[in-house]
Formats: sequence, structure tokens, C-alpha cells
Amino acid sequence: MNFKLNSNPGPKRHVVPAFGETPIFSRGDRVRVLNRSPIGHYRVPIYLRGRAGVVERVLEPRQLDNEREGFGLNAGDKRHYYRVVFSLQELWPGYAGSPSDNLRIEVFETWLERI
Amino acid sequence: MTTHPGSAGDGQHPPHDHDHDHDHDHDHPHAPIAQETEPSYFELMETAIRELLVERKLFGPDEIRRQIEVLDSRTPALGAKVVARAWVDPSFREKLLENGREACEEFGISFYDDTELIVLENTEAVHNLIVCTLCSCYPRPVLGLPPDWYKARNYRARAVIEPRKVLAEFGTFIPDEVEVRVSDSTAAVRFLVLPMRPAGTDHYDEEQLASLVTRDAMIGVIPVRTGQETA
Repeated sequence: MNFKLNSNPGPKRHVVPAFGETPIFSRGDRVRVLNRSPIGHYRVPIYLRGRAGVVERVLEPRQLDNEREGFGLNAGDKRHYYRVVFSLQELWPGYAGSPSDNLRIEVFETWLERI
Repeated sequence: MTTHPGSAGDGQHPPHDHDHDHDHDHDHPHAPIAQETEPSYFELMETAIRELLVERKLFGPDEIRRQIEVLDSRTPALGAKVVARAWVDPSFREKLLENGREACEEFGISFYDDTELIVLENTEAVHNLIVCTLCSCYPRPVLGLPPDWYKARNYRARAVIEPRKVLAEFGTFIPDEVEVRVSDSTAAVRFLVLPMRPAGTDHYDEEQLASLVTRDAMIGVIPVRTGQETA
């Protein structure tokens, strides 16, 4: 009898993930950092709000949503976040370095929109 | 009010309510060691919260002291050992680049602050530099406490605006064809630069290699060079 690995996919393909269970973006996606200014300390630097970048990778595992927890909401909630690449030439007018120079940063999913 | 953790007091005895009888006849002149300025708003807030947490018995002064001791026990020598191992052991290097924290933990370095670690490899084509524009996020489990310049506003702002100029001020000149990649730490991930192994070190053993690797090379502001061994 020939057993084939993966011949039984299990229940996976019938299981529908809940909202937030799987990352919305994947590597290579073009994204824009939302230009929001909520009151309080948020770890999305002002210089990147409203700027466009490309997802380098989805960071695993999901991380504690400190933006909610920091304000006493939904303690323990986890969120996907991403390492996003921005061109330094696009960020800074008159940037003197090489056109390939870039900045990489982690951004929570709640701060990104697809473009 | 003191700003020193570990001297939080027992809440019953006001500090310094006894008469001092200091002997000031010792023969080395110096200014009295005293807090020159009033504690800032945030220093006061930190002290108040710490004292409250101690008062509510969420932790004790000894735990605060011990945690400081743990922080101080980590030094760049740990990171240097990680880098040297990556240079001599390709499978460790692969694992390190795939999951920095797991590789370091298997190597015996614990992550007391529960941060993740991404190791960034410098190559002939890419030069990595790390910064935390918002504060002073730093791979403390593997490098210890960050240097003062890393926390300075000047470095934090300029590293993301004109990294090549900042690097040049450290004496590091990156050719135009090499991509400069700045990583800004903002969340739970920390970064460690894996510098290039310098030429002419083929006969070095792991320990000798580790002695070449300095803190600044693992932040990405300088390359690793021979002839500049740390003690």
C-alpha cells in the first residue's frame, strides 16, 4: 500500500479563520501608513504617517496590541504586525544617499492600508 | 524624594531624620555628591509608581535591585560571542538569521524582556544600521545597556534622515553601490547587526574572532576590523 504524505489535508480547508486570525497583508504588498493622530503615545513615528512602503515580511508570532492595552482596553489582545520598507529618497526630499537606501520598521496591522 | 530604585524606603521612616556627623576631613577635594537639579516630571512619576507597586506588594525592593543587576550583567561580549559563532558555524548562522531569539536562546542567552530578535547580516551589497527614533529600544539581552549616544536625539533623528553622513562621522564610508538599510525599532522586535568577518582572519579561532567584535559594529556604525581587539 502506498501512503502519500499530505494525501489527507485534514479539516484545515473547511475551517474558516476568525477575524484577525490570519494576516491581511503579505510580503511584497504596497501599503500606506495611516495618517492618524490619536491622543497619547503611539509607536508609529510621526515621520512615517501617511507614507507609502512595501511589506518586507509578516512578523511572527503575533504581538500584544500595546496600543489597546496601554489604554486599559482589551488586555491580552494580539495583532499581526509587519516589517515595512520605505525608500529614503521618497521619505526625504533631496536625500543625498543612494536611491537603494531604505528604512525598515515594524508597523501594526491597524496602522496600514493597502494601496 | 529619591530617584534611585532600590532605595524606595519602607514608608514608615522618613529618610535622613537623624543628625549627620560626617567626617569631611579626607584629603581629596571634590564637590559634594548631590542631586543638583529637581527631579523631572517623569522621574517623579516613575518614583511614585514604583513606590506604589512596592507598597501594594506587587514586587519588592530586592526584586528591583536584582533586575538592575541582571541588566548590568549583560554586555557586548555576549553579542560578540554570537557573531563569532555565526562566522565559524554556517548552520548556526542560518538559524540566527532565521530566528535570532531562538538561536541565541539555544546558545544560552535568555531574553528576560520577552523581545524578539532579528539579526541583520551585513554583506558586500548591504550595510545595516540600527536606531530607535522613539526612545532607546536596543537588543539588551545580547548587548546590555545602550551607549549614551544611541539614546541622544541627535543620533536618533539623523540616523533615519542622513544615515550615510552619520556613518561618515563614525569614520565609516559606505560606497554608493552598497545599499544602506536603517532599521528603526518601534515594537517588540530588536535588531542585532551581524558584521562582515574581516579579511585575514582565516586562522583565528572563535575566541579570537569574538575579541574583534565591538558593540558599535553590532549597532552597525563601524565594520569589524583586525588590530583593534578589545581587552
